[in-house]
Amino acid sequence: MIGPSSSHTAGACRLGLLAAGILGERPRKAEILLHGSFAHTYKGHGTDRALIAGLMGWQPDDARIPDALRLAEEAGMEFSFTPGDLGSMAHPNSVQFRLTGAKGNACEIIGASIGGGQIMVTNVDGYPVELRGVLPALFVPHRDEPGVIALVSTILAQKMINIASMRVFREGKGETATMVIECDQPVPADVIRHLEELGPVKLVRFVDKVS
Amino acid sequence: MKKDKLSWARLVSEAEAKQLPLIDYLLERSAAQVETDKDAVLKKTESMLQVMEEAVAYGMTGVKSNSGLTGGSAKKLKEYITAAADKRSQDLLGPVAGTAVMYALAAAEANAAMGRIVAAPTAGASGILPGILLSLKENCGVPRKKLVEALLVAGVIGEVIANRASIAGATGGCQAECGSGAAMAAGAVVYVFGGNGKQIGDAVSIVFKNMLGLVCDPVAGLVEVPCIKRNAGSVMQCLLAAELALAGVGSFIPADEAIDAMDKVGRSLPGGLRETAEGGLAVTPTAKAWTENYFKKIHG
Ligand code: SF4
Repeated sequence: MIGPSSSHTAGACRLGLLAAGILGERPRKAEILLHGSFAHTYKGHGTDRALIAGLMGWQPDDARIPDALRLAEEAGMEFSFTPGDLGSMAHPNSVQFRLTGAKGNACEIIGASIGGGQIMVTNVDGYPVELRGVLPALFVPHRDEPGVIALVSTILAQKMINIASMRVFREGKGETATMVIECDQPVPADVIRHLEELGPVKLVRFVDKVS
Repeated sequence: MKKDKLSWARLVSEAEAKQLPLIDYLLERSAAQVETDKDAVLKKTESMLQVMEEAVAYGMTGVKSNSGLTGGSAKKLKEYITAAADKRSQDLLGPVAGTAVMYALAAAEANAAMGRIVAAPTAGASGILPGILLSLKENCGVPRKKLVEALLVAGVIGEVIANRASIAGATGGCQAECGSGAAMAAGAVVYVFGGNGKQIGDAVSIVFKNMLGLVCDPVAGLVEVPCIKRNAGSVMQCLLAAELALAGVGSFIPADEAIDAMDKVGRSLPGGLRETAEGGLAVTPTAKAWTENYFKKIHG
């Protein structure tokens, strides 16, 4: 990795990578809000450069990280950093991304660098989740009704995709729920299309693991 | 049944049960974990050693950190050692420890200057293992292959610590970062000189005995002061523990229990002493004055 901090540099880069993975493309525009320790020390730790490097798709050991701000600007990415407050419940090393991609995808992501370079995305577009980026994952908001989970897991089983972990986050009974499914294998595009065709499923995002 | 935590004692006894030399068993296990073969694991570990060597070389050029607070101490030490008229002064630490300290400073300074490093186990503690390993190479003629294996042993020790406790200063204080780095390196040294699994565990335990309670208090929250010198100090703890373990002195408290103790101590540290820069050296008058100035400069 590139120094100086596992949590504030390497973790930040991984957060950027995961955020870009959730968006599904390289962001064209990134509004970044930094919370807690991230807000205080981001310049000294190169947190800003590491976050942008991650959004550019670079790994935590990429020698371009110290230069990421300039290089991203040259590549046409628009970005801003604002120290802010994500509430008293937020982890001290938290960040909120508001991303827009070249293809027009937009996404709002909150995540934290939770120590030793490990990360956790806790919110995507207002849906509470837990995504760690250690395994390929599916993010599936759906209408909360009986049988949806069985339908989704059956399709994955038929394609020999093994589920490593699965959690469902629900706003309320019968409202929107979100499945976060970590898989041992990447999920191919045709499987994702198949899942998207299921009635109660609102959206399927495949998020690959980050290194 | 409650799930067993990963334990050093268990790994050692599993190797014995399989009648495999410890290193072969650890290698086999690491390969199985990532579904690859032993050669690939060794190759990956070797590339980490290479990054460590490059980090030390970069640090030895005397790089300054971004903030300007630190840098150049490894180079200064080198100049002092080479130029000293009174040769006895160089022997204060002796060649093995002296070189290890110098290289640990170098790698830690490379880290502070946004150089490429290997987290060992974290970026803050990334000087200890390179310092020790490269000193052994230079001063004891340890072949590269052995160093790669030693690095693998260190990695497994780090895995045990991360599994039972934490390796993050924000969770466990500096004992969890530099303490863990020194424990990993001590195990590596014992391995290099032919110590067995129990002796490696003893060295881990002795390091924690001497580093328990070390707080995390970085000035301005930057991984510079006191982090860089703590890497150097941790090198000394590492060598001390390794020497005692190799001599068969042993440790009354087993490694796994020492790690658990470190975890408990870490959790009971007040928040101000866990990376928040709200306690310890970070709030000394000198640190506060510098920090205020620095924040004015960067945030305008
Ligand atoms: S003082 Fe804190 S930041 Fe510095 S090396 Fe120790 S744990 Fe890491």
